[in-house]
Amino acid sequence: MSVFKDAGHLFRFAGLFVLAFILFLVIRHFVVPKSFGQYGHYRAASIGEIAAHQVKYAGHETCETCHAEVFDVKKDGKHAHVNCEACHGALAKHADDPGAMTPTKPDTAVICARCHTASAAKPKGFPQVVPADHSTGLPCETCHQPHNPGMDAAAPKAPVKAAGGAK
Amino acid sequence: MTGVEGYMYPNEITLYWSVLIVLYPFITGLVAGAFILASLERVFNVAAVKPTYRLALLTALSFLLVAPLPLVLHLGHPFRSPEMYFTPHATSAMAMFGYVYMWYLMAVLVFEIWLDYRREIVFLSQSTQGLLGIVYKIMTLGSTNISERALHIDERVGWVVTLVGIPSAFMLHGYVGFIFGSIKANPWWSSPLMPVVFIFSAMVSGIAGVMLLYMGLTKLRKQTIDMRCVDSIAMYLFYIFIIDFSLEMLDLVHRIYEADESFRSLDFMVHTKLYFSQIVIQICLGTILPLVLLFLTQVVKLPEIARKRIYAISGCLALIGIFAMRWNVVIGGQLFSKSFLGYTTYKMALVTKEGLFMAIALTLLPLLFLWVLIKLLPPWPETSEHAPAIGD
Repeated sequence: MSVFKDAGHLFRFAGLFVLAFILFLVIRHFVVPKSFGQYGHYRAASIGEIAAHQVKYAGHETCETCHAEVFDVKKDGKHAHVNCEACHGALAKHADDPGAMTPTKPDTAVICARCHTASAAKPKGFPQVVPADHSTGLPCETCHQPHNPGMDAAAPKAPVKAAGGAK
Repeated sequence: MTGVEGYMYPNEITLYWSVLIVLYPFITGLVAGAFILASLERVFNVAAVKPTYRLALLTALSFLLVAPLPLVLHLGHPFRSPEMYFTPHATSAMAMFGYVYMWYLMAVLVFEIWLDYRREIVFLSQSTQGLLGIVYKIMTLGSTNISERALHIDERVGWVVTLVGIPSAFMLHGYVGFIFGSIKANPWWSSPLMPVVFIFSAMVSGIAGVMLLYMGLTKLRKQTIDMRCVDSIAMYLFYIFIIDFSLEMLDLVHRIYEADESFRSLDFMVHTKLYFSQIVIQICLGTILPLVLLFLTQVVKLPEIARKRIYAISGCLALIGIFAMRWNVVIGGQLFSKSFLGYTTYKMALVTKEGLFMAIALTLLPLLFLWVLIKLLPPWPETSEHAPAIGD
């Protein structure tokens, strides 16, 4: 069988392929989670793991039970429908035990800019500014009351210039 | 808003696909094109291009080794990328590409190079000492059978591998065009012609690349350039360039005639933001000029030195033109809003993970690989012809 003898090196190369394929299957066996594909193209065990996560957000109704005075300020302003935790962060721990965790006060120079920095993607009617031009780094609360962001009567008047947005 | 004109959706303002994603189809195109050039000699028996056969294969391998790097560098979590091969989904074009890539790398390129070089590898494993000798011994896979019959079998199997390699090369690069062409939400990309245009432009870039490498390396080695070979390559480059240009123009005419709802926006973009890269660089400088130059060499009897210069200039221009084509597809497709009401700007970073310096490094890396491969497996005929004959 000289054909097989003279083609022996080809079988050696084919052997490399078989070895690589076996190696692939071995690695796959160890790295693919056992529950993968049980219900679909994902790891089934992740459902239980996600369900076991602790709830981190308390919800604005919970905040309002203790902080009614803030709710009173907020309800007539433009931020009436902005959830408390959108700016203050997830506070379920604080709601469960107010003494266990005290929330830090957000830096308004940073947090307000998240929504109000000018962007071409925002509608024209949405208040938006270039923070560096508008406030030169001052905290927004110098002029605006964050819970009801109309201009504070006591603060100096500064023109709010819309700087972007669609027509 | 800097760089934004009109209205953009929030996720359109910043470009997510950077210059590295431009480089990726450019590099895979060079691989596919170089392999097609190699197949001319092997399958289509074009004896004139034989001096570039091995160089084309080594070039294809060097660029193929670098091809996935731009994609991996683009990822935020690159170590997660193997997951798509361990748990592939049939709807994932990227996962399927991984398999096509591995197939093309191992079953086509490495196998064909190994078969073609086996005789030299056996000689070198016996005549080379030290670490390099061990490398050659590993490369023989323990078989030193280079009898006439064994080499004949290699020749026949190599022919079949090249034959299988042609559709594989088409698949490899056709897939890159497919990835863009199948994105129906983007009218700049969504076209069934995209994979075909990518394949032919790949052939242009690969053939031009190997032609330039052959001319440059021969000059560096102080050898004589085989003009019959370069003339033939230039002829094939010219013909394939014509097909490529015709297909691109067909796509353009089709878009103009169809004039769907995206047309005004895209037309405006081509006349403003893409004017320099598309009209000036891609079409005028990178396509029409090299086509005219190559046409001259086909119809006018020019002296050898003039032909050499024209081939070198045309090759460089073709590569620039094809790179510009990839740029215009990848970057151009992200510059306009899908609302057709606005445009954004791509500002290339310099020293970041996806910046200009990284792109330059990734362009040079295949040349470094090629240098190593040429040292390891010299593609020049004199080194193999002078090797002693060894029986089984």
